[in-house]
Amino acid sequence: MALIPKELAQRVNRATRHVPAWPIYLIGAAWAGWLFWLGLTGGLGPEPINALERRYGEVALQLLVAGLVVTPLRTLTGFSLLKYRRALGLTAFFYVLAHFLVWALLDLSSASAIGREIVRRPYITIGFAGFLLLIPLAITSNAASIRRLGAAGWRKLHKLTYPAALLGALHYIWLVKGYPLEPFLYAVAIVGLLALRTRWTRLRTATA
Amino acid sequence: MTRRWTNDLTRDDVTPKGVWLNRRAVLAGLGAAGLATGLPASQAQAQALEPNTLEQITSYNNFYEFGWNKDDPAAHAGDMVISPWSITVDGLVDRPGSYSLAELLEGLSVEERIYRFRCVEAWSMVVPWNGVGLGDVLAKVGVQSGARFVAFETTVQPDVMPGVRNRIIPFPYVEGLRLDEAQHPLTMLATGIYGEPMPKQNGAPIRLVVPWKYGFKSIKSIVRITLTDSEPPTTWKRLNGREYGFYANVNPEVDHPRWSQGSERQIGGGLFARRQPTLMFNGYEEQVASLYEGMDLSVNY
Ligand code: HEM
Repeated sequence: MALIPKELAQRVNRATRHVPAWPIYLIGAAWAGWLFWLGLTGGLGPEPINALERRYGEVALQLLVAGLVVTPLRTLTGFSLLKYRRALGLTAFFYVLAHFLVWALLDLSSASAIGREIVRRPYITIGFAGFLLLIPLAITSNAASIRRLGAAGWRKLHKLTYPAALLGALHYIWLVKGYPLEPFLYAVAIVGLLALRTRWTRLRTATA
Repeated sequence: MTRRWTNDLTRDDVTPKGVWLNRRAVLAGLGAAGLATGLPASQAQAQALEPNTLEQITSYNNFYEFGWNKDDPAAHAGDMVISPWSITVDGLVDRPGSYSLAELLEGLSVEERIYRFRCVEAWSMVVPWNGVGLGDVLAKVGVQSGARFVAFETTVQPDVMPGVRNRIIPFPYVEGLRLDEAQHPLTMLATGIYGEPMPKQNGAPIRLVVPWKYGFKSIKSIVRITLTDSEPPTTWKRLNGREYGFYANVNPEVDHPRWSQGSERQIGGGLFARRQPTLMFNGYEEQVASLYEGMDLSVNY
Protein backbone atom coordinates (compact mmCIF):
# COMPACT_ATOMS: atom_id res chain seq x y z
CA MET A 1 0.00 0.00 0.00
CA ALA A 2 2.41 2.64 -1.18
CA LEU A 3 1.52 6.18 -2.26
CA ILE A 4 4.04 5.99 -5.10
CA PRO A 5 4.09 3.46 -7.94
CA LYS A 6 6.27 0.55 -6.94
CA GLU A 7 8.40 0.69 -10.10
CA LEU A 8 9.28 4.31 -9.50
CA ALA A 9 10.30 3.64 -5.93
CA GLN A 10 12.42 0.71 -7.04
CA ARG A 11 14.10 2.77 -9.72
CA VAL A 12 15.00 5.47 -7.16
CA ASN A 13 16.25 2.87 -4.73
CA ARG A 14 18.42 1.33 -7.44
CA ALA A 15 19.85 4.74 -8.30
CA THR A 16 20.76 5.52 -4.68
CA ARG A 17 22.42 2.13 -4.27
CA HIS A 18 25.59 3.67 -5.65
CA VAL A 19 25.42 6.86 -3.56
CA PRO A 20 27.45 6.22 -0.43
CA ALA A 21 26.58 7.52 3.05
CA TRP A 22 30.01 8.80 4.03
CA PRO A 23 29.58 12.26 2.42
CA ILE A 24 27.01 12.96 5.14
CA TYR A 25 29.78 12.82 7.75
CA LEU A 26 32.03 14.93 5.59
CA ILE A 27 29.41 17.60 4.89
CA GLY A 28 28.36 17.57 8.55
CA ALA A 29 31.92 18.12 9.74
CA ALA A 30 32.62 20.75 7.11
CA TRP A 31 29.47 22.67 7.99
CA ALA A 32 30.24 22.56 11.71
CA GLY A 33 33.76 23.81 10.99
CA TRP A 34 32.44 26.54 8.72
CA LEU A 35 30.02 27.77 11.40
CA PHE A 36 32.88 27.80 13.91
CA TRP A 37 35.00 29.77 11.45
CA LEU A 38 32.16 32.25 10.94
CA GLY A 39 31.94 32.64 14.71
CA LEU A 40 35.65 33.34 14.91
CA THR A 41 35.62 35.92 12.15
CA GLY A 42 32.51 37.92 12.99
CA GLY A 43 30.19 36.18 10.53
CA LEU A 44 27.74 35.18 13.28
CA GLY A 45 27.21 38.72 14.54
CA PRO A 46 28.55 40.46 17.63
CA GLU A 47 27.59 37.62 20.04
CA PRO A 48 29.04 34.54 18.35
CA ILE A 49 28.90 32.21 21.36
CA ASN A 50 25.13 32.17 21.65
CA ALA A 51 24.78 32.20 17.87
CA LEU A 52 27.04 29.15 17.46
CA GLU A 53 25.31 27.34 20.31
CA ARG A 54 21.97 27.90 18.64
CA ARG A 55 23.14 27.00 15.14
CA TYR A 56 24.57 23.66 16.32
CA GLY A 57 21.43 22.91 18.32
CA GLU A 58 19.23 23.62 15.36
CA VAL A 59 21.19 21.37 12.99
CA ALA A 60 21.15 18.61 15.63
CA LEU A 61 17.37 18.76 15.84
CA GLN A 62 17.01 18.84 12.06
CA LEU A 63 19.18 15.75 11.69
CA LEU A 64 17.23 13.93 14.40
CA VAL A 65 14.05 14.70 12.47
CA ALA A 66 15.67 13.53 9.24
CA GLY A 67 16.55 10.23 10.92
CA LEU A 68 12.94 9.79 12.01
CA VAL A 69 11.69 10.36 8.46
CA VAL A 70 13.46 7.30 7.05
CA THR A 71 11.11 4.56 8.20
CA PRO A 72 7.74 6.26 7.54
CA LEU A 73 9.06 7.38 4.16
CA ARG A 74 9.78 3.78 3.28
CA THR A 75 6.43 2.45 4.47
CA LEU A 76 4.49 5.25 2.78
CA THR A 77 6.35 5.60 -0.52
CA GLY A 78 8.73 2.69 -0.85
CA PHE A 79 11.75 5.00 -1.02
CA SER A 80 14.44 3.52 1.14
CA LEU A 81 17.03 5.77 2.69
CA LEU A 82 17.84 3.15 5.30
CA LYS A 83 21.53 3.07 4.48
CA TYR A 84 21.83 6.77 5.33
CA ARG A 85 20.14 6.54 8.70
CA ARG A 86 23.21 5.69 10.73
CA ALA A 87 25.13 8.60 9.22
CA LEU A 88 22.20 10.96 9.94
CA GLY A 89 21.93 9.75 13.52
CA LEU A 90 25.64 9.88 14.25
CA THR A 91 26.00 13.32 12.69
CA ALA A 92 23.06 14.47 14.81
CA PHE A 93 24.88 13.17 17.87
CA PHE A 94 28.07 15.00 16.93
CA TYR A 95 26.10 18.22 16.57
CA VAL A 96 24.50 17.72 19.99
CA LEU A 97 27.98 17.09 21.36
CA ALA A 98 29.31 20.25 19.70
CA HIS A 99 26.25 22.15 20.98
CA PHE A 100 26.96 20.89 24.50
CA LEU A 101 30.67 21.72 24.26
CA VAL A 102 30.01 25.27 23.08
CA TRP A 103 27.70 25.67 26.05
CA ALA A 104 30.06 24.12 28.60
CA LEU A 105 33.39 25.47 27.37
CA LEU A 106 32.60 28.78 25.70
CA ASP A 107 29.29 29.91 27.18
CA LEU A 108 29.70 28.92 30.84
CA SER A 109 33.43 28.06 30.95
CA SER A 110 33.16 27.11 34.60
CA ALA A 111 32.99 23.54 35.89
CA SER A 112 30.87 24.39 38.92
CA ALA A 113 28.36 26.30 36.81
CA ILE A 114 27.82 23.31 34.48
CA GLY A 115 26.38 21.04 37.16
CA ARG A 116 24.40 23.84 38.75
CA GLU A 117 22.81 24.91 35.49
CA ILE A 118 21.90 21.33 34.52
CA VAL A 119 20.11 20.86 37.82
CA ARG A 120 18.54 24.27 38.09
CA ARG A 121 17.25 25.10 34.63
CA PRO A 122 14.52 22.79 33.35
CA TYR A 123 15.27 23.47 29.70
CA ILE A 124 18.90 22.52 30.25
CA THR A 125 17.91 19.43 32.26
CA ILE A 126 15.69 18.33 29.40
CA GLY A 127 18.34 18.96 26.75
CA PHE A 128 20.92 17.16 28.83
CA ALA A 129 18.62 14.16 29.24
CA GLY A 130 18.26 14.06 25.44
CA PHE A 131 22.04 14.19 25.10
CA LEU A 132 22.50 11.33 27.60
CA LEU A 133 19.99 9.18 25.74
CA LEU A 134 21.92 9.65 22.51
CA ILE A 135 25.24 8.49 23.97
CA PRO A 136 24.53 4.72 24.04
CA LEU A 137 23.10 5.02 20.54
CA ALA A 138 26.24 6.67 19.22
CA ILE A 139 28.42 4.04 20.90
CA THR A 140 26.45 1.15 19.40
CA SER A 141 26.14 2.56 15.89
CA ASN A 142 28.43 -0.04 14.34
CA ALA A 143 28.15 -3.53 12.92
CA ALA A 144 29.94 -5.17 15.85
CA SER A 145 27.42 -3.80 18.34
CA ILE A 146 24.51 -4.97 16.21
CA ARG A 147 26.01 -8.45 16.25
CA ARG A 148 26.63 -8.33 19.97
CA LEU A 149 23.19 -7.02 20.87
CA GLY A 150 21.34 -9.04 18.27
CA ALA A 151 19.14 -7.31 15.70
CA ALA A 152 16.09 -7.22 17.97
CA GLY A 153 17.97 -5.97 21.00
CA TRP A 154 19.74 -3.35 18.95
CA ARG A 155 16.50 -2.13 17.43
CA LYS A 156 14.93 -1.92 20.85
CA LEU A 157 17.83 0.11 22.21
CA HIS A 158 17.71 2.45 19.26
CA LYS A 159 14.09 3.29 19.98
CA LEU A 160 15.70 5.76 22.40
CA THR A 161 15.91 8.13 19.44
CA TYR A 162 12.19 8.82 19.89
CA PRO A 163 12.39 10.20 23.44
CA ALA A 164 15.68 11.93 22.58
CA ALA A 165 14.08 13.81 19.68
CA LEU A 166 11.02 14.64 21.77
CA LEU A 167 13.23 15.96 24.56
CA GLY A 168 15.17 18.04 22.03
CA ALA A 169 11.95 19.61 20.75
CA LEU A 170 10.63 20.21 24.26
CA HIS A 171 13.97 21.76 25.21
CA TYR A 172 13.60 24.17 22.28
CA ILE A 173 10.01 25.13 23.20
CA TRP A 174 11.05 25.65 26.79
CA LEU A 175 14.03 27.86 26.10
CA VAL A 176 12.46 30.41 23.79
CA LYS A 177 10.96 33.59 25.10
CA GLY A 178 7.35 34.02 24.00
CA TYR A 179 5.81 31.77 21.37
CA PRO A 180 7.71 31.78 18.10
CA LEU A 181 6.48 29.27 15.54
CA GLU A 182 9.64 27.25 14.83
CA PRO A 183 9.99 25.18 18.00
CA PHE A 184 6.36 24.17 17.74
CA LEU A 185 6.80 23.13 14.11
CA TYR A 186 9.62 20.80 15.13
CA ALA A 187 7.52 19.37 17.95
CA VAL A 188 4.54 18.82 15.66
CA ALA A 189 6.78 17.20 13.03
CA ILE A 190 8.33 14.82 15.55
CA VAL A 191 5.05 13.84 17.17
CA GLY A 192 3.55 13.37 13.69
CA LEU A 193 6.42 11.15 12.56
CA LEU A 194 6.18 9.03 15.69
CA ALA A 195 2.42 8.73 15.28
CA LEU A 196 2.84 7.57 11.66
CA ARG A 197 5.33 5.01 12.82
CA THR A 198 3.10 3.49 15.50
CA ARG A 199 0.18 3.38 13.08
CA TRP A 200 2.19 1.57 10.46
CA THR A 201 3.70 -0.85 12.91
CA ARG A 202 0.23 -1.69 14.12
CA LEU A 203 -1.11 -2.08 10.59
CA ARG A 204 1.80 -4.25 9.63
CA THR A 205 1.54 -6.53 12.62
CA ALA A 206 -2.24 -6.75 12.06
CA THR A 207 -1.87 -7.89 8.46
CA ALA A 208 1.11 -10.15 9.12
CA MET B 1 14.98 64.42 45.56
CA THR B 2 18.35 62.71 45.20
CA ARG B 3 21.25 64.67 43.88
CA ARG B 4 21.43 65.23 40.16
CA TRP B 5 23.33 62.76 38.07
CA THR B 6 26.68 64.17 37.12
CA ASN B 7 28.79 63.04 34.25
CA ASP B 8 32.13 61.62 35.37
CA LEU B 9 33.53 62.45 31.99
CA THR B 10 34.75 65.86 30.98
CA ARG B 11 34.95 67.60 27.62
CA ASP B 12 38.54 66.40 27.37
CA ASP B 13 37.27 62.86 27.26
CA VAL B 14 35.19 63.40 24.19
CA THR B 15 36.81 61.41 21.48
CA PRO B 16 36.83 62.76 17.93
CA LYS B 17 34.09 61.11 15.90
CA GLY B 18 36.47 59.21 13.66
CA VAL B 19 38.01 57.51 16.63
CA TRP B 20 34.68 56.60 18.23
CA LEU B 21 34.38 53.58 16.08
CA ASN B 22 37.63 52.25 17.44
CA ARG B 23 37.02 50.84 20.87
CA ARG B 24 40.64 50.56 21.82
CA ALA B 25 41.23 54.22 21.13
CA VAL B 26 38.30 55.14 23.37
CA LEU B 27 39.59 52.95 26.17
CA ALA B 28 43.09 54.29 25.87
CA GLY B 29 41.77 57.85 25.94
CA LEU B 30 39.74 57.20 29.07
CA GLY B 31 42.60 55.48 30.85
CA ALA B 32 44.93 58.35 30.10
CA ALA B 33 42.37 60.88 31.28
CA GLY B 34 41.97 59.01 34.55
CA LEU B 35 45.69 59.02 35.17
CA ALA B 36 46.24 62.59 34.06
CA THR B 37 43.63 64.03 36.40
CA GLY B 38 44.84 61.91 39.30
CA LEU B 39 41.35 60.68 40.19
CA PRO B 40 40.92 58.04 42.89
CA ALA B 41 41.15 54.52 41.51
CA SER B 42 37.44 53.70 41.83
CA GLN B 43 36.44 56.75 39.88
CA ALA B 44 39.04 56.15 37.22
CA GLN B 45 37.66 52.65 36.90
CA ALA B 46 34.14 53.96 36.47
CA GLN B 47 35.45 56.11 33.67
CA ALA B 48 37.13 53.16 32.02
CA LEU B 49 33.74 51.78 30.95
CA GLU B 50 34.55 50.66 27.48
CA PRO B 51 31.70 51.62 25.14
CA ASN B 52 30.65 49.15 22.50
CA THR B 53 31.08 50.18 18.89
CA LEU B 54 28.17 51.75 17.05
CA GLU B 55 28.24 48.71 14.78
CA GLN B 56 27.69 46.37 17.75
CA ILE B 57 25.07 48.57 19.36
CA THR B 58 23.07 48.74 16.13
CA SER B 59 23.34 45.10 15.03
CA TYR B 60 22.31 43.15 18.14
CA ASN B 61 18.90 44.29 19.33
CA ASN B 62 15.63 43.08 20.74
CA PHE B 63 12.79 45.04 19.18
CA TYR B 64 9.99 42.53 18.79
CA GLU B 65 7.93 44.80 16.56
CA PHE B 66 10.45 43.79 13.89
CA GLY B 67 10.82 40.09 14.70
CA TRP B 68 12.25 37.57 17.17
CA ASN B 69 15.88 37.61 16.13
CA LYS B 70 18.66 39.91 17.22
CA ASP B 71 19.37 40.94 13.63
CA ASP B 72 15.71 41.56 12.70
CA PRO B 73 15.60 45.16 13.97
CA ALA B 74 18.65 46.18 11.93
CA ALA B 75 17.19 44.41 8.90
CA HIS B 76 13.61 45.69 9.14
CA ALA B 77 13.47 48.92 11.13
CA GLY B 78 14.57 51.05 8.18
CA ASP B 79 11.00 51.76 7.05
CA MET B 80 9.68 52.85 10.44
CA VAL B 81 8.20 56.34 10.12
CA ILE B 82 9.81 58.64 12.69
CA SER B 83 9.08 62.04 11.26
CA PRO B 84 6.83 63.74 12.08
CA TRP B 85 6.71 62.33 15.61
CA SER B 86 4.38 63.29 18.38
CA ILE B 87 4.09 62.10 21.93
CA THR B 88 0.79 62.14 23.75
CA VAL B 89 1.21 63.15 27.36
CA ASP B 90 -1.88 62.47 29.44
CA GLY B 91 -3.23 61.29 32.77
CA LEU B 92 -2.41 63.12 35.95
CA VAL B 93 -0.48 66.02 34.42
CA ASP B 94 -1.04 69.78 34.42
CA ARG B 95 -0.31 70.28 30.73
CA PRO B 96 -1.59 67.25 28.82
CA GLY B 97 -1.51 67.20 25.05
CA SER B 98 0.26 66.07 21.98
CA TYR B 99 3.87 67.24 21.94
CA SER B 100 6.27 67.23 19.04
CA LEU B 101 9.76 66.01 19.82
CA ALA B 102 11.08 69.57 19.65
CA GLU B 103 8.39 70.82 22.02
CA LEU B 104 9.11 68.09 24.54
CA LEU B 105 12.86 68.76 24.53
CA GLU B 106 12.70 72.54 24.28
CA GLY B 107 14.83 74.27 26.89
CA LEU B 108 16.52 71.06 28.01
CA SER B 109 20.15 70.36 27.24
CA VAL B 110 21.03 67.06 25.65
CA GLU B 111 23.86 65.35 27.56
CA GLU B 112 26.06 62.38 26.78
CA ARG B 113 25.86 59.60 29.35
CA ILE B 114 27.84 56.40 29.16
CA TYR B 115 25.77 53.67 30.83
CA ARG B 116 25.99 49.94 31.25
CA PHE B 117 23.10 48.19 29.51
CA ARG B 118 22.16 44.75 30.86
CA CYS B 119 19.67 42.51 29.08
CA VAL B 120 17.68 39.92 31.06
CA GLU B 121 19.15 37.36 28.63
CA ALA B 122 22.48 37.82 30.42
CA TRP B 123 24.32 39.84 27.80
CA SER B 124 25.39 43.43 28.21
CA MET B 125 26.77 46.44 26.41
CA VAL B 126 28.09 49.85 27.30
CA VAL B 127 26.30 52.60 25.41
CA PRO B 128 27.11 56.30 25.11
CA TRP B 129 23.60 57.72 25.03
CA ASN B 130 22.57 61.29 24.30
CA GLY B 131 19.43 62.53 25.91
CA VAL B 132 17.69 64.41 28.67
CA GLY B 133 16.62 63.53 32.19
CA LEU B 134 13.10 62.11 32.22
CA GLY B 135 12.53 64.01 35.47
CA ASP B 136 13.09 67.30 33.66
CA VAL B 137 10.56 66.38 30.99
CA LEU B 138 8.04 65.38 33.64
CA ALA B 139 8.61 68.68 35.45
CA LYS B 140 7.82 70.50 32.21
CA VAL B 141 4.45 68.83 31.75
CA GLY B 142 3.63 69.18 35.45
CA VAL B 143 3.08 66.07 37.54
CA GLN B 144 -0.09 66.24 39.64
CA SER B 145 -0.02 65.24 43.28
CA GLY B 146 -2.05 62.05 42.85
CA ALA B 147 0.39 60.58 40.31
CA ARG B 148 2.43 57.58 41.49
CA PHE B 149 3.41 55.77 38.28
CA VAL B 150 4.41 56.61 34.72
CA ALA B 151 3.25 54.45 31.81
CA PHE B 152 4.88 54.39 28.37
CA GLU B 153 3.76 53.08 25.01
CA THR B 154 5.66 52.25 21.80
CA THR B 155 4.48 53.18 18.33
CA VAL B 156 2.59 50.56 16.31
CA GLN B 157 3.12 50.63 12.55
CA PRO B 158 1.82 47.32 11.17
CA ASP B 159 2.70 48.18 7.58
CA VAL B 160 6.40 48.30 8.34
CA MET B 161 6.56 46.05 11.42
CA PRO B 162 6.55 42.33 10.59
CA GLY B 163 6.43 41.36 14.27
CA VAL B 164 3.29 43.43 14.75
CA ARG B 165 1.65 41.95 11.65
CA ASN B 166 2.38 38.45 12.91
CA ARG B 167 1.32 39.39 16.46
CA ILE B 168 4.28 37.61 17.96
CA ILE B 169 3.51 39.28 21.29
CA PRO B 170 0.67 41.70 22.14
CA PHE B 171 1.25 45.22 20.82
CA PRO B 172 1.56 48.09 21.54
CA TYR B 173 4.52 47.35 23.77
CA VAL B 174 3.91 49.00 27.13
CA GLU B 175 6.18 49.67 30.08
CA GLY B 176 6.06 51.60 33.31
CA LEU B 177 8.00 52.99 36.22
CA ARG B 178 7.18 54.10 39.71
CA LEU B 179 7.18 57.92 39.76
CA ASP B 180 10.28 58.12 41.97
CA GLU B 181 12.13 55.80 39.59
CA ALA B 182 11.04 57.94 36.67
CA GLN B 183 12.22 61.08 38.42
CA HIS B 184 15.55 59.57 39.44
CA PRO B 185 18.45 61.53 37.93
CA LEU B 186 19.84 58.41 36.21
CA THR B 187 16.63 57.84 34.24
CA MET B 188 16.73 59.42 30.83
CA LEU B 189 14.89 59.85 27.58
CA ALA B 190 17.53 59.21 24.95
CA THR B 191 17.48 60.71 21.49
CA GLY B 192 20.86 59.62 20.21
CA ILE B 193 23.92 57.40 20.48
CA TYR B 194 27.50 58.53 19.87
CA GLY B 195 26.18 61.98 19.07
CA GLU B 196 24.12 60.68 16.15
CA PRO B 197 20.32 60.70 16.05
CA MET B 198 18.91 57.52 17.60
CA PRO B 199 19.20 54.65 15.09
CA LYS B 200 15.79 53.18 14.29
CA GLN B 201 16.64 49.71 15.60
CA ASN B 202 17.59 51.27 18.93
CA GLY B 203 14.25 53.03 19.35
CA ALA B 204 14.23 56.19 17.25
CA PRO B 205 13.44 58.95 17.72
CA ILE B 206 13.12 58.81 21.50
CA ARG B 207 13.35 56.01 24.04
CA LEU B 208 13.61 55.40 27.73
CA VAL B 209 16.92 54.39 29.36
CA VAL B 210 16.85 53.06 32.94
CA PRO B 211 20.38 51.73 33.43
CA TRP B 212 19.81 49.77 36.65
CA LYS B 213 16.95 47.71 35.20
CA TYR B 214 16.94 44.91 32.63
CA GLY B 215 16.83 46.21 29.08
CA PHE B 216 13.20 45.38 28.39
CA LYS B 217 12.16 48.18 30.77
CA SER B 218 13.87 50.74 28.54
CA ILE B 219 11.00 51.02 26.08
CA LYS B 220 11.69 52.22 22.55
CA SER B 221 10.08 54.64 20.08
CA ILE B 222 7.75 56.20 22.65
CA VAL B 223 4.45 57.74 21.51
CA ARG B 224 2.62 58.03 24.82
CA ILE B 225 3.52 58.95 28.38
CA THR B 226 0.75 58.66 30.96
CA LEU B 227 0.87 59.59 34.63
CA THR B 228 -1.30 57.26 36.69
CA ASP B 229 -2.17 56.51 40.28
CA SER B 230 -1.83 52.72 39.98
CA GLU B 231 0.76 50.32 38.62
CA PRO B 232 0.37 50.22 34.83
CA PRO B 233 0.45 46.93 32.89
CA THR B 234 3.82 46.05 31.37
CA THR B 235 4.24 43.78 28.35
CA TRP B 236 6.54 41.04 29.64
CA LYS B 237 4.90 40.81 33.03
CA ARG B 238 1.58 40.38 31.28
CA LEU B 239 3.05 37.67 29.04
CA ASN B 240 4.80 35.77 31.79
CA GLY B 241 4.47 37.25 35.25
CA ARG B 242 6.34 34.44 36.91
CA GLU B 243 9.51 35.35 35.02
CA TYR B 244 9.23 39.08 34.48
CA GLY B 245 8.19 41.46 37.21
CA PHE B 246 7.26 45.12 37.22
CA TYR B 247 10.52 46.18 38.84
CA ALA B 248 13.02 44.12 36.82
CA ASN B 249 15.98 45.56 38.67
CA VAL B 250 19.31 44.03 37.68
CA ASN B 251 20.06 41.75 40.60
CA PRO B 252 22.62 38.94 40.55
CA GLU B 253 21.01 37.36 43.60
CA VAL B 254 17.50 37.02 42.21
CA ASP B 255 17.67 34.20 39.70
CA HIS B 256 15.63 34.03 36.55
CA PRO B 257 14.23 30.62 35.57
CA ARG B 258 15.85 30.82 32.14
CA TRP B 259 19.06 32.73 32.56
CA SER B 260 21.52 32.84 35.39
CA GLN B 261 21.61 36.45 36.47
CA GLY B 262 24.83 36.10 38.42
CA SER B 263 26.99 36.78 35.40
CA GLU B 264 26.81 38.37 31.98
CA ARG B 265 28.80 38.52 28.80
CA GLN B 266 29.60 41.86 27.28
CA ILE B 267 28.88 41.91 23.57
CA GLY B 268 31.90 42.26 21.35
CA GLY B 269 34.43 39.93 22.99
CA GLY B 270 34.24 37.34 20.23
CA LEU B 271 34.05 33.57 20.46
CA PHE B 272 36.24 33.28 23.54
CA ALA B 273 34.76 36.12 25.61
CA ARG B 274 34.38 35.24 29.28
CA ARG B 275 31.42 36.09 31.44
CA GLN B 276 31.86 38.77 34.05
CA PRO B 277 30.02 39.04 37.35
CA THR B 278 26.80 41.04 37.21
CA LEU B 279 26.74 43.98 39.59
CA MET B 280 23.90 44.76 41.95
CA PHE B 281 21.58 47.28 40.24
CA ASN B 282 23.93 46.94 37.28
CA GLY B 283 26.61 48.89 39.12
CA TYR B 284 24.32 51.77 40.12
CA GLU B 285 23.63 50.49 43.62
CA GLU B 286 25.03 53.56 45.34
CA GLN B 287 22.66 55.80 43.41
CA VAL B 288 19.43 53.77 43.44
CA ALA B 289 19.41 51.32 46.37
CA SER B 290 17.57 53.83 48.56
CA LEU B 291 14.56 53.67 46.21
CA TYR B 292 13.94 50.11 47.37
CA GLU B 293 14.69 50.35 51.05
CA GLY B 294 12.63 47.92 53.06
CA MET B 295 11.38 46.08 49.97
CA ASP B 296 11.95 42.37 49.51
CA LEU B 297 13.60 42.36 46.11
CA SER B 298 13.06 38.64 45.59
CA VAL B 299 9.31 39.23 45.87
CA ASN B 300 9.32 42.52 43.95
CA TYR B 301 11.53 41.20 41.14
C1 HEM C 1 18.92 16.22 22.07
C2 HEM C 1 19.72 17.18 22.45
C3 HEM C 1 19.55 18.63 22.11
C4 HEM C 1 18.91 19.22 21.06
C5 HEM C 1 18.21 18.55 19.90
C6 HEM C 1 19.02 20.64 21.24
C7 HEM C 1 18.50 21.57 20.38
C8 HEM C 1 18.51 22.94 20.59
C9 HEM C 1 17.87 23.91 19.74
C10 HEM C 1 17.06 23.56 18.50
C11 HEM C 1 18.11 25.13 20.26
C12 HEM C 1 17.59 26.48 19.73
C13 HEM C 1 18.27 26.85 18.47
C14 HEM C 1 17.74 28.14 17.90
O1 HEM C 1 17.35 29.04 18.65
O2 HEM C 1 17.71 28.24 16.67
C15 HEM C 1 18.92 24.95 21.42
C16 HEM C 1 19.37 25.98 22.22
C17 HEM C 1 20.12 25.79 23.36
N1 HEM C 1 20.49 24.56 23.90
FE1 HEM C 1 20.12 22.72 23.15
N2 HEM C 1 19.73 20.89 22.38
C18 HEM C 1 20.07 19.69 22.94
C19 HEM C 1 20.79 19.49 24.09
C20 HEM C 1 21.33 20.51 24.84
C21 HEM C 1 22.22 20.32 25.96
C22 HEM C 1 22.75 18.96 26.43
C23 HEM C 1 22.50 21.57 26.44
C24 HEM C 1 23.37 21.96 27.60
C25 HEM C 1 23.57 21.19 28.63
C26 HEM C 1 21.80 22.53 25.65
C27 HEM C 1 21.84 23.90 25.84
C28 HEM C 1 21.25 24.84 25.02
C29 HEM C 1 21.36 26.25 25.20
C30 HEM C 1 22.10 26.96 26.34
C31 HEM C 1 20.66 26.85 24.16
C32 HEM C 1 20.53 28.34 23.90
C33 HEM C 1 19.58 29.00 24.81
C34 HEM C 1 19.49 30.50 24.60
O3 HEM C 1 19.96 31.01 23.59
O4 HEM C 1 18.97 31.15 25.47
N3 HEM C 1 21.10 21.85 24.68
N4 HEM C 1 19.15 23.61 21.61
